[in-house]
Amino acid sequence: MRIVIAEDSVLLNAGLARLLADYGHEVVAVVGDAPGLLQAVEREQPDVAIVDIRMPPTFTDEGVRAAVELRQRRPGLPLLLLSQYVEERYATELLAGDTSGLGYLLKERIADVGDFVESLERVAQGGTALDPEVVRQLLARRARGPLDELSPREREVLELMAEGRSNRAIAQALFVTEGAVEKHVRAIFAKLGLASGASDHRRVLAVLAFLRAGRD
Amino acid sequence: MPAPTVGGMSAIQQDAAPRPERTTQLGPLRPLVELRTYAATLHLLLDLPLGAFWWVVMIGGLTAAGPLLLTLVGIPILAITLWLARAGGAAERIRARSLLGVAIEEPPPPPRDVGWLRRLRNLLLDPLAWRAVLYLLLLGPLGVATFTAAVTAWAVSLGLLTLPAWNWAIEGGLGVELPWGGDRVDTAGELALASLVGLVAVVATAWLVRGLGWVDGELARLLLRPSRKRVLAARVRSLEESRTRWVDAAAAERRRIERDLHDGAQQRLISLAVDLGRARERLKGQEETEVYALVSDAHAEAKRAIAELRDLARGIHPAILTDRGLDAALSSLAARAAVPVDVDVRLPERPPASVEAIAYFVVSEGLTNVARHSRASRAWVRVVQDGGTLVVEVGDDGVGGAAASPGSGLSGLADRLAAVDGRLLLASPPGGPTTIRAELPCGS
Repeated sequence: MRIVIAEDSVLLNAGLARLLADYGHEVVAVVGDAPGLLQAVEREQPDVAIVDIRMPPTFTDEGVRAAVELRQRRPGLPLLLLSQYVEERYATELLAGDTSGLGYLLKERIADVGDFVESLERVAQGGTALDPEVVRQLLARRARGPLDELSPREREVLELMAEGRSNRAIAQALFVTEGAVEKHVRAIFAKLGLASGASDHRRVLAVLAFLRAGRD
Repeated sequence: MPAPTVGGMSAIQQDAAPRPERTTQLGPLRPLVELRTYAATLHLLLDLPLGAFWWVVMIGGLTAAGPLLLTLVGIPILAITLWLARAGGAAERIRARSLLGVAIEEPPPPPRDVGWLRRLRNLLLDPLAWRAVLYLLLLGPLGVATFTAAVTAWAVSLGLLTLPAWNWAIEGGLGVELPWGGDRVDTAGELALASLVGLVAVVATAWLVRGLGWVDGELARLLLRPSRKRVLAARVRSLEESRTRWVDAAAAERRRIERDLHDGAQQRLISLAVDLGRARERLKGQEETEVYALVSDAHAEAKRAIAELRDLARGIHPAILTDRGLDAALSSLAARAAVPVDVDVRLPERPPASVEAIAYFVVSEGLTNVARHSRASRAWVRVVQDGGTLVVEVGDDGVGGAAASPGSGLSGLADRLAAVDGRLLLASPPGGPTTIRAELPCGS
């Protein structure tokens, strides 16, 4: 994969580039701010861009703004946003539009290198990768209602789905068979009143749409 | 005098210990050897020319302004006179301080950021300026008296003291006659007696000069000192300003520390954890080895350190508060709370950064208390602006009984609020529910 990184910490850039090289990915451009990111994307046509939310000049939410702009300019461009903190407000803004090819992870998830690269690849292929922290916050808003009817196990499955994981990944994470996961998923969709799509990806979108709608 | 030392360290500040005065043994002769006496003499001598000058200026100004006041032309003349009186008062305070050692408080500077009409009004109604006029008018006649007294006393006493020398130097001496008869003072006995009287007179003059100086100083202190009320008002204003600066500086410092943590230690730790993660990946297939266990532990430890540092940095200052304001920051806080929290923020505009920060920490502390003590199942946060007051309320449906005991988070909050003239109210009856209400002035 060809990757553009927008991150102003030189140290982290170097580590990230080494890590991605380990997995045979190519970092085609490293930029330190939002305008640089927009240019690099135009120039390099990457498969995915990794964007730090906090960049110069104001060190606040440049990354979120740049991401929203990039999604408008180039719909479908896969973006993985990284942040030191997970903020509910940023997640809401990012998830407001199309959530395919979108990721929002805590920076420290990079340290779980295998999972991180998997998330990145998923995003690049049009999937979704949400930090467990984001999912927890999304769920926290929907404390009452149909979510209360889920069993603890079903809730676990729902959380992993919302993170963007496939049935197989969920099965691995919970040490159960894919068939068992499939059963839970059907139960969840029935309880939440959602139409269960065919592909993993469609199901993820349905779950996210449900959670997003929770904001009153 | 060597500074007293404590364990080899010099004390930075020491009380001004009364230094033993050698002159105390001199008794009544003391004023003679003190510089102050001669400085006071100079002060008294200056009383006449300065008094005459100011008397003319003040009388001139007032008499010119008086009749013209009816035609408005008098007002600028009066203003100039009062302005001169202020300047004269300031000069007199300096004179009293440097020559009499009488320190008179300076009046607080008049507010500068007001229009000229307002400044004119302030000047015309300034009691201190009017008292300076009175002082400068009194200085004229007083100056005549003090000047005359000082000159006469010194001339007579010194003349008598040195009479033998005069007699020797000039034919006929100074022509001083004995008070009890027309006879000239010329015999050795008489001259010695005159010198002796002169000596006593010199000492008396020194005391007189000091006494007159004291009168001068007291008059200046009485009339040229700003009123206690005005000094206190100015002091309160300056304290308020400096406190505001401190609160703002503390908030800015928190933001800076958070930024530094974010840009420095956090990136470094993440980079370290990434490298440890890569190392662990390379050791896949050797899960049984000691080195894999070591790297795994280090990796896990680094991730824990990142999480701890993140919470610490957020506790110092939440970055999203600066980015998006209270609503977004409180939503985030609510999303991370232990129980479901309804957040309702209604603000027409963003309050100042320091007010936002305190409001945020009120909610943060409030929700922490909800999680720790309340056994609540729900909580709510409400932020509204009520006139110039920002009202922050945090409530829950828990068991109540919360108290702001000293050293607790709530009493810390009360202190922070007090620093911006805000206040913290707590309603938490046993059995609940608990409501914390903070009120912060927010300028607008």
